[in-house]
Amino acid sequence: MIYRETGQFKSSYQADQALFPINQDRYVIFAVLIVTFGIVPMLLNEYWLNAIMLPFLIYSLAAIGLNILTGYCGQVSLGTGGFMAVGAYSVYKLMIAFPELGFIPLVLISGLITAAVGTLFGLPSLRIKGFYLAVATLAAQFFLIWLFNKVGWFYNYNASGMISSPPMTLFGVTITGPEGDMKAKYLLVAGLVAVFALAAKNIARGRIGRNWMAIRDMDIAAELIGVRPLIAKLSAFAVSSFYIGMAGALYFAVWLGSVEPTEAFDINQSFLVLFMIIIGGLGSVLGSFFGAAFLVLMPILLKNIMVDGFGTDAALAAHIEIITVGALIVGFLIIEPHGLAQLWRIAKEKLRLWPFPH
Amino acid sequence: MKITKISRPIVAMLLALPLFCGTVGAYELTIPTLDYRTGPYAPNGIPFANGYGDYMNMLNARDGGINGAKINLVACETAYNTKRGVECYENTKGEGESGALVYQPLSTGITYQLIPKTAVDKIPVFSMGYGRTSAANGKIFPWVFNFPATYWSQATVFVQYIAEKEGGFDKLKGKKIALVYHNSAYGKEPIRTLESAAAKFGFEFMALPVDHPGQEQKSTWLQVRKERPDWVLMWGWGVMNQVAIKEAASIRYPMDHFIGVWWSGSENDVLPAGDAAHGYLSGAFHQPGGDFPAHTDIRKYVYDKDMGLGDRDRIGEVLYNRGLVAAMWTTEAIRKAMEIHGTNEVKAVHVRDGFEALDVDEARLKELGLPNFTIPVKITCENHEGPGKVALQQWDAKAKKWSLVSGFYEPLRDITGPLIAEDSAQYAKENNVVPRICGS
Amino acid sequence: MLFFIEVVLSGLLAGVMYSLVALGFVLIFKASGIFNFAQGVMALFAALTLVGLMEKFNFPVWLAIIGTIAVMIALAWLIERLMLRHLVNQEPIILFMATIGLAYVLEGVGDIMWGSDVKLLDIGIPQGAWDWLWDQGIYVEKLELFAAGTAAILVIFLAIFFQKTRIGRALRAVADDHQAALSVGISLNTIWVVVWSVSGIVALVAGIMWGSKSGVQFSLSLIALKALPVLILGGFTSIPGAIIGGIIIGVGEKLAEVYVGPMVGGAIENWFAYMLALAFLLFRPQGLFGEKIIERV
Repeated sequence: MIYRETGQFKSSYQADQALFPINQDRYVIFAVLIVTFGIVPMLLNEYWLNAIMLPFLIYSLAAIGLNILTGYCGQVSLGTGGFMAVGAYSVYKLMIAFPELGFIPLVLISGLITAAVGTLFGLPSLRIKGFYLAVATLAAQFFLIWLFNKVGWFYNYNASGMISSPPMTLFGVTITGPEGDMKAKYLLVAGLVAVFALAAKNIARGRIGRNWMAIRDMDIAAELIGVRPLIAKLSAFAVSSFYIGMAGALYFAVWLGSVEPTEAFDINQSFLVLFMIIIGGLGSVLGSFFGAAFLVLMPILLKNIMVDGFGTDAALAAHIEIITVGALIVGFLIIEPHGLAQLWRIAKEKLRLWPFPH
Repeated sequence: MKITKISRPIVAMLLALPLFCGTVGAYELTIPTLDYRTGPYAPNGIPFANGYGDYMNMLNARDGGINGAKINLVACETAYNTKRGVECYENTKGEGESGALVYQPLSTGITYQLIPKTAVDKIPVFSMGYGRTSAANGKIFPWVFNFPATYWSQATVFVQYIAEKEGGFDKLKGKKIALVYHNSAYGKEPIRTLESAAAKFGFEFMALPVDHPGQEQKSTWLQVRKERPDWVLMWGWGVMNQVAIKEAASIRYPMDHFIGVWWSGSENDVLPAGDAAHGYLSGAFHQPGGDFPAHTDIRKYVYDKDMGLGDRDRIGEVLYNRGLVAAMWTTEAIRKAMEIHGTNEVKAVHVRDGFEALDVDEARLKELGLPNFTIPVKITCENHEGPGKVALQQWDAKAKKWSLVSGFYEPLRDITGPLIAEDSAQYAKENNVVPRICGS
Repeated sequence: MLFFIEVVLSGLLAGVMYSLVALGFVLIFKASGIFNFAQGVMALFAALTLVGLMEKFNFPVWLAIIGTIAVMIALAWLIERLMLRHLVNQEPIILFMATIGLAYVLEGVGDIMWGSDVKLLDIGIPQGAWDWLWDQGIYVEKLELFAAGTAAILVIFLAIFFQKTRIGRALRAVADDHQAALSVGISLNTIWVVVWSVSGIVALVAGIMWGSKSGVQFSLSLIALKALPVLILGGFTSIPGAIIGGIIIGVGEKLAEVYVGPMVGGAIENWFAYMLALAFLLFRPQGLFGEKIIERV
């Protein structure tokens, strides 16, 4: 009874085309924003902010990026780790070279650099499809990591080949490096994620987004009705890489502080982000958040329940954890193959009719 | 200092379990252990974690802890993964009344993460012979200790050993030394040292990277076969070690000219190669074997009561002993901290002072039931690397035993010294660290 | 010149080792369109079971192998019962994801059952350099020769199985068209159990070969990554493609690493394999021997 649009009349096209046309959705979004920016930083301690919220938000951003490519445009990519590395190394070099520009512009520029690299590696998508493309994007993954590991210029020729983020400030608060204020870090990342999540939702329903979806659903048909595959596919690669690049930059500069390419951006990273969007729901911005939450939170929660709650031996707990996560993935896919976002949609449909069954 | 972890109340709510009862009591020393008993490197992580844990449990059972204060080991599984390591650190740093007293990060990646973080949280890091080499400079890295020796010292020791076998440093000229390394921050550590040594002694140096995980190394060893280096050094880890030793045996490379870093010299690494591994060398800073009095105590106080972490017959393996020696130095540092500050209720800050004043000589080793087990260690404010001495051990495939085959060499400090100064100065510059002044 | 031959030979044999892993992928993809991410973990699981049976229960080699095959068949049956049956007619990417879940489960179960230590696997396969060729100045690894022979036998066996047996023909029918196969009375469920069992056995062979080389441990599951470029080069649906793809990748990457690697700092073989495969794909987007993708609006 509560969740229904009955009685909400739109008197202008503008109102009808709004991002969240139903009032209740809007209220929920406002509530979420208030909780995110107002209540969460007050309530949570450093452990929660640093070990859970930051990775959750950063992975959400990366997942939104990959979802644009895979979920909206239908191009499966396993190069996410490599593209995140591009973002991280760009922001590192920029922070060293142009610290006066400020952190947020540098993150955006890193995103643009990644977008360029991503477009380049997106070129094969014009010929290769499906799993063949997925495996072909691994070429980008392995090549980029090799490059960052091998060419001294990228890591300023230091002995171990690791990069560490120099401290930078925003409005006088340190936001990168270990001395960074945890709440400021969180607010910065949450702000960026919120802005770009809304932007993604907007792009996806606009002309470009509809072109992407046409390509995804059937590329030949899309071509026949006048969607240009070249533009559509490459723009998807560019926008997706822009998001992933920003996520990589934040991952390095704000969250971890120092990374080595072979471990922080290895192929597991690519798989992890792909898992997030499949579990969360392909072609859904909200799903990206669900997926990231599931794969970031679930293992930690399981671990804490077993180790702190039951006093399970840490190694056994790790094994049980991985089995449980695997079983949950299979279970969720059996219950709802279209991801957590679909469950949410179904729940909303049910709510509209509630309390009546039909 | 009681940081309530939110996870606990949640868990408690979920399970309706009373978690907060009966823990008020005597002061406990909280030592988190970042183990890795799962993942690709688990075979190496397990014996280390067993040795580390068993020794501390033995102290608890035999002496009631350190000077009567019980040790509370908090295990956290990292799977050798940096991100999980960070989560573990954040999760355990406020544990218990004492807070985490010291971290043994057990991976280069996690160590690099913790170096800046612990400097802020004021918790000492004991990265025993791994991690950031330039952390040996105590003026710039007051919170990090990497004694008893670093990778760079070790590389120079290998050069000395080679020189000795070849008949003097002047014979090194024109020789060819290859380095087969794990293509990561850890594996790259010795390259600079070996390059400067090559420039100094006139030998030819070639570096051959192997990507993680290193199951397929044919091309690396074909290159070794083609270039025929006189000596091969290896900075390997995990499955890479086993495959490398096997490949070296297959191309019939003389095993006694093949030297691994101390992480490439455990039973796990040589056993899969069988008899072919006979004569393989590796670095070491402690004795192998399980017949020291401390081992006897571990069997008696821990394993006889069924509290052992591992298999009884694996006590005394190389990596087990490495965990044990790490635990020994850690507990000695805590003991020292208690002595300096005159209290049993030490905190992380005090433990750091204990590390900095650590002095475990042969007499003390004997008291601890580890006579001749390792080198005497004395730490000062400037020098966090300690003695830096390394010996070589050799594998006997018939007896299935490692044994030390050389004395402990002094590192070539004229090579490592400038490199450490340079690298630590760069870190200080990039991170705005002001070197502290030692000796007041 | 001798060295060049040596590199090519080694590449060839290494390529066959990759093919052994790739074969398992091909079988499942061919019969069910599932990209089975768990193939590497299955190899690990099979090898762990084999070693476990030999060590813990003191089985002789032949009995342990039979036991492991039984376990793999039981596993295939379980997978079909608990997972595949409920995911009929889903999109490929969903099935792919489900196999990832499976990979996690198997990894954890394998570890809990048999422990995470390195285990020796010695079932009497000859190892080391082949003496006769060694005297000619060429190094060839006996284990890999043995693996190549096994792969040849395996492929012949699979070919006969697919071409001549009733169940093999049913498999091909299913691969061609699920619905048509169903309508002529072929049970999809049985076919899946059969094909997952066969690929479980292939995984066991791969696990034995790779496990003899490095000892059985977690890293064994990562060999799947080595098989992926082989797969796309050969085509997801072709058994000869997996072998020839493996050989091209093996030879190509070894030549690149040995001759080009030192100039650019080494360790290029991983990405080179993918780049090589990518280059082939640009000319044949379905792999060398894959089925031509025919699209209709």
